Amino acid sequence: MSTVAQKKGFLAVLWDYLTTVDHKKIAILYLTSGGFFFLVGGIEAMIIRIQLAVPDNNFVSAGLYNELLTMHGTTMIFLAAMPLLFGFMNAIVPLQIGARDVAFPFLNSLGFWLFFFGGVFLNLSWFLGGAPDAGWTSYASLSIASEGHGIDFYVLGLQISGAGTLISGINFLVTIINMRAPGMTYMRMPLFTWSTFVASALILFAFPPLTVGLFLMMFDRMFGANFFDASMGGNTIIWEHLFWIFGHPEVYILILPAFGIFSEIFATFSRKRLFGYAAMVFATVLIGFLGFMVWAHHMFTVGLGPTANAIFAVATMAIAVPTGVKIFNWMLTMWGGSISFTTPMLYAVAFIPSFTAGGVTGVMLASAAADYQYHDTYFVVAHFHYVIIGGVVLGLLAGTHFYWPKMFGTMLNEFLGKITFWLFLIGFHATFFIQHFLGLMGMPRRIWKFLPGQGLDMPNLISTVGAFFMAVAVIVLLVNIVITQVKNVRVGNDPWGDGRTLEWAIPSPPPFYNFKQLPLVRGLDPYWIEKMEGNTKMTPAEPLSDIHMPNNSFIPFVMSLGLFIAAFGAMYQVSWRASEGESFVWALPVLIIGMLITIGAMAVRSLKDDHGYHIHKEDLLDDEEGGRE
Amino acid sequence: MDTQEKFTSRTWPESPEKTTLEGKNKFLGFWLFLGGETVLFASLFATYLALKDKVPGSDHYLAIDMYELPLVFIMTMLLLTSSLTSVYAMYHMKNYNFQKMKIWLVVTIGLGLAFLGFEIYEFYHYVHEYEHTFTSSAFGSAFYTLVGFHGAHVVVGLGWFILLLIRNTNRGLNLYNAPKFFVASLYWHFIDVVWVFIFTVVYLMGMVG
Ligand code: HEM
Ligand SMILES: [Cu+2]
Repeated sequence: MSTVAQKKGFLAVLWDYLTTVDHKKIAILYLTSGGFFFLVGGIEAMIIRIQLAVPDNNFVSAGLYNELLTMHGTTMIFLAAMPLLFGFMNAIVPLQIGARDVAFPFLNSLGFWLFFFGGVFLNLSWFLGGAPDAGWTSYASLSIASEGHGIDFYVLGLQISGAGTLISGINFLVTIINMRAPGMTYMRMPLFTWSTFVASALILFAFPPLTVGLFLMMFDRMFGANFFDASMGGNTIIWEHLFWIFGHPEVYILILPAFGIFSEIFATFSRKRLFGYAAMVFATVLIGFLGFMVWAHHMFTVGLGPTANAIFAVATMAIAVPTGVKIFNWMLTMWGGSISFTTPMLYAVAFIPSFTAGGVTGVMLASAAADYQYHDTYFVVAHFHYVIIGGVVLGLLAGTHFYWPKMFGTMLNEFLGKITFWLFLIGFHATFFIQHFLGLMGMPRRIWKFLPGQGLDMPNLISTVGAFFMAVAVIVLLVNIVITQVKNVRVGNDPWGDGRTLEWAIPSPPPFYNFKQLPLVRGLDPYWIEKMEGNTKMTPAEPLSDIHMPNNSFIPFVMSLGLFIAAFGAMYQVSWRASEGESFVWALPVLIIGMLITIGAMAVRSLKDDHGYHIHKEDLLDDEEGGRE
Repeated sequence: MDTQEKFTSRTWPESPEKTTLEGKNKFLGFWLFLGGETVLFASLFATYLALKDKVPGSDHYLAIDMYELPLVFIMTMLLLTSSLTSVYAMYHMKNYNFQKMKIWLVVTIGLGLAFLGFEIYEFYHYVHEYEHTFTSSAFGSAFYTLVGFHGAHVVVGLGWFILLLIRNTNRGLNLYNAPKFFVASLYWHFIDVVWVFIFTVVYLMGMVG
């Protein structure tokens, strides 16, 4: 490609990404924006740790601390971890099941843009009068009383991005049910596909309660309703229930796909079939199911009564059983395998003890009586960081190294990768292991400063030092990415050499139609089966014929933009300084204009036929080597 | 299969909504969406039950003082009938009888509009007779949110039918728009089912106290 063509290319590339409906490009969008929000959330975390490095510190003010804390949690869960997982799901799941795209390419793009605009909206709060400050759980008693527009940013931003998540969840469910290649039965699906499937089902049933909770909060704060105002008959506990009916499944929405990534990595680098495949599938489904039965373990101290607490305690402990099944299956996959300790494999091996530690503290917290001691202390902070970082984030980092070649056609540097791994692992345990003891010593969570001479100084300092290790690890990863992309050494179909599943049977990155001919799947780990029989390619399941492809569309972007604009209108039609004569006359018109943009875009979508186009088989033959563009 | 192919009533497939892959995907995706909607309404019902009759003072009217059976009974009948007429419409869609399908859809829309009219009257009545408003109490907020969400679904359903009819009036049926009509009618049934629950949980249970 000549430089002229490349230069002219920039705007074209931008436009291509703004309108793309290709799951592989949407994956890259998720990965970059999720990665960006991960850095933002990480910087917030570093400021928190600096403030808590020494007693009685004044690095940030109390109010700013609350905002940082809230935005850190909210950003990490909704805008970093989930989108990053969506990135891998988009990049890999259609390939793993042998599909040419997802079931609803248009909705896939809409899901991304909703998430993106919701996230941008939420973060604009920093520049428009202050961020939300009631914690990522935003309990109504706090958030109703919170002044300014911070909480409104939270409510509207999450509402918009939550709609995107719901859409993506439905899309993956239908994709996995309807778009599997010939021979890809349910019990031949790779574990990452299975866990995506279960996580998507959780999204489908867990996000609506959050949607309702956010609506109620929005009505209370912006339209004069009284759901959470006790003096008008309201009840703040309703928010807690709705939030946690969503919130606990949400933690499984995060961890299950990470489990899936690890399952692929264990099998690949042990060069063995995943041990106990059927049990793994069953455990995943069971965890997903039980995940809905345990939400009140976050509310043991609310006063629901001993019967409710006992039931929820037992249900919570029950989840440890299928989780334990998975842990043992991963270990038995390694048992007797021919293991190669690549970077992804290092993460996978380190994940087992780290995550198990988080599971053990989980069972401790689940003992309702004991939880009265642990609740709202740093013990809980240590618990959920062990499961979220030791599980989800290690999974994301492992996935980044593992799937990078498939997504970008280049291999991340293994040496730098291992440096990142060790720095991150050491930093992680240094930061959070000690927090268990801080909690047991009585340090409450969500506090801005602690006093000297209470035995909290040294542990807090250690924790902060650990955080810096993690920060350096992330910087090394970024350097690694830049070096890799600048060197741009292209790799082949199966760069790890031990790929087992369909994605490794096609070029890296795959051509935009993925499979020239849909592959015939003859068992679990189909590519491995072919390799064992001496084949280098999958056996095709169909003759070479025309391929139907969807058209690109700018409508998803416009639809999401409309809601983004409308959210400003909804927010500013109430004023916090009305008594001082402040009012925003433009707010209502903006709300209406925004909604009209969205509805108009929807109407265009439904009125204008879009039949897609066909790639003719002659063109496919020309293009023997595939590869993007 | 070509989505724009012209059919006759003989060549028209048995389940036109599920003949193409797009149709199949739409069909399944929409069922799943309705699953999510079910949880949404379940959350709203739970909220309503928790806040029913929760008012700030004894001068506020409660459910038992306000609800009137005849009115909601008429509304229920209107919506149930509209579900039936939409079934007729889909019956004719499956038989490739576009004209009859359109007629029954228009009837469905008419019944839906009548329902909406009664609902607006009902809200107006509560606001003016009983000072029962969205902001007057937690009960008011919960009532108008639950019933209003349902009402908003009715509006969306009607708008959807109308857009589909306008767009396709002169085009007849094909495998591209058949799934669209079918899915819209599924949505309409869902709205109807939710109303049956509102009728029972809000109004019937409200009148017993
Ligand atoms: C064996 C499995 C697990 C058990 C038994 C368990 C149990 C618990 C309990 C009882 C609490 C409430 C503690 C309190 O507030 O007093 C809690 C909090 C939490 N857990 Fe877990 N958990 C498990 C797995 C997970 C996983 C896999 C994740 C995420 C990937 C997770 C994320 C969280 C979070 C984010 C919180 C804190 C929420 C907050 O109050 O802000 N947990 N866990
Ligand atoms: Cu939980």
